[in-house]
Amino acid sequence: MTRPPWRRRRRLVVAIALAGALAAALMLSVGMGTFAVAPTDVVRALLGRAPDELVFVVRELRLPRALTGALVGAALGASGAVFQSVARNPLASPDLLGISAGASVGAVLLLLGGNPGPIALLAASAGGASGAAVLIAFLARRHNGRTPYRLVLVGIGVAAALTSVTSYLLVRAGLYDAERLTLWLTGSLNARTWADVGVVLPAVVVGVPALAACTSRLRLLELGDDLATGLGVCVGRARGVSLAVAVVLAAAAVAGAGPIEFVALAAPQIARRAARAGDPAVVVSALCGAVVVVGADLAARVLFSPIELPVGVVTAVVGAPYLLRLLVRANRPEVA
Amino acid sequence: MTPRLTADNLRLAYDGRVVVDELSLAVPPGRFTVLIGPNACGKSTLLRALGRLLRPAAGAVLLDGEPVARLPTRAVATRLGVLPQSPTAPEGLTVVDLVARGRHPHQRWLRPWSDADEQAVGEAMAATGTTDLADRAVDELSGGQRQRVWIALALAQQTPIMLLDEPTTFLDLAHQLDVLDLLASLNREHGRTIVCVLHDLNHACRYADHLVAMRDGRIVAGGTPAEVVTAELVEAVFGLPVLVVDDPETGTPLVVPRSRTLAVAPA
Repeated sequence: MTRPPWRRRRRLVVAIALAGALAAALMLSVGMGTFAVAPTDVVRALLGRAPDELVFVVRELRLPRALTGALVGAALGASGAVFQSVARNPLASPDLLGISAGASVGAVLLLLGGNPGPIALLAASAGGASGAAVLIAFLARRHNGRTPYRLVLVGIGVAAALTSVTSYLLVRAGLYDAERLTLWLTGSLNARTWADVGVVLPAVVVGVPALAACTSRLRLLELGDDLATGLGVCVGRARGVSLAVAVVLAAAAVAGAGPIEFVALAAPQIARRAARAGDPAVVVSALCGAVVVVGADLAARVLFSPIELPVGVVTAVVGAPYLLRLLVRANRPEVA
Repeated sequence: MTPRLTADNLRLAYDGRVVVDELSLAVPPGRFTVLIGPNACGKSTLLRALGRLLRPAAGAVLLDGEPVARLPTRAVATRLGVLPQSPTAPEGLTVVDLVARGRHPHQRWLRPWSDADEQAVGEAMAATGTTDLADRAVDELSGGQRQRVWIALALAQQTPIMLLDEPTTFLDLAHQLDVLDLLASLNREHGRTIVCVLHDLNHACRYADHLVAMRDGRIVAGGTPAEVVTAELVEAVFGLPVLVVDDPETGTPLVVPRSRTLAVAPA
């Protein structure tokens, strides 16, 4: 909105390229597997012009899984972009700050009681995530405002504490529940249905544009509270609203696929560099997260076929070295 | 018409610790005002309050008679610009992107980026000599270049009043004078009201139309440099014995600290 036109073009090109990559990844995701479907047949099946069993495999088994993956990735990408922007720190993503861990505690409490519906799961995740957010905000408070770095440290502590709560719940659970929940906690897109799509979709459709609308303010917040105020931003309100939406998006992602790690950490940084954006490129970041999750799920299913790994294993294997790199860079004294 | 910025009976506090109390000030419109005083005298705090970055514990900052706290912050931002002390830019942000952000208060949903915005950004960069740096990353620039870029950001905001907190810190002498010359020309040629915190008394004397000397959260003196800067006042404010002579170049007061180690001839 408030971007000079000469910077907007590149962002648009990157967004279009990512959208194309996403379409291709979705197509592959629906087509590949133990029962391979050619792209032309995928299109035919989507349109209902194929044998019934093919239509069933494509429309009911694989498409919901692929779409849930894309939506979860978009939610994580947008949420991570806003967290990193507000905290002015690439380490500040909802998964490292304990927001996802809070959502997991809420979800696990509910899952222990059986197989809840997707909407109940979303409510439990959102409750847990908001609880974690409030806890972090409370612990990181200071009389004269919060420093971004303090927020990250407190968030990592809260993440550790909440993860131990989840572990405790797992230890207390029966063997069957423990196994089921362990898989869920890795982050998996197995056996997603249209009901799962239906839970994440509204959050993404409302949340991502809402955050995109906050971008002009977030861009100024990145210059520091004083400059942002001077340039006419209501700092507290802008920060509160955008973080609240980002928390809900992170919770929706957990409800959709369990806590898939590192996507919210890496996708916004990839997007930012690709778009050469000096601000949280929310839409580009959401697209990037979607491509990453669908791509990782594809890799998880194909690389060790016929064994299908949970998508969270792939994102963790790729994401952990990236986190290490961030930490090494963060500890290096700044070159003046 | 240049808006009038006044402070009425301000009490300013951090965490309940009162830094400034019962302070009233009328910023002369269209003039170059400089706040001086020793460290921790409350001059930066006062500037922050004038720029509504700090909410007063009591009293009010008034813009054309209206309390700033009650005006929409975006509307204030079209009349009053603030450049805080040593701001930092996000990694990799380019100069033109940063300066363009100064246009935020002038933009609306339905009127995003206009020719006026483009022109304002171009003029701000030309005035600060940063046009050639447009596509460089702000965090890769030298201290002097960076400071000029921040001033370009404030210029792009095109406010009739500009508040600047120590805009010359970290600059070498030539760059300090560049910045002050730029502010002086904005003041003279464009009639902008400038309020600036400066540490260097001699620069303050050279450039200010109006000097405000503070100590312990109170205004000790206000007036033209010639009225304010006397040996007695400087000693009272800074606790430092000085000689005040005429600046051979400009005729304004020139402050020369007395030596504490060498025996000197009486003035």
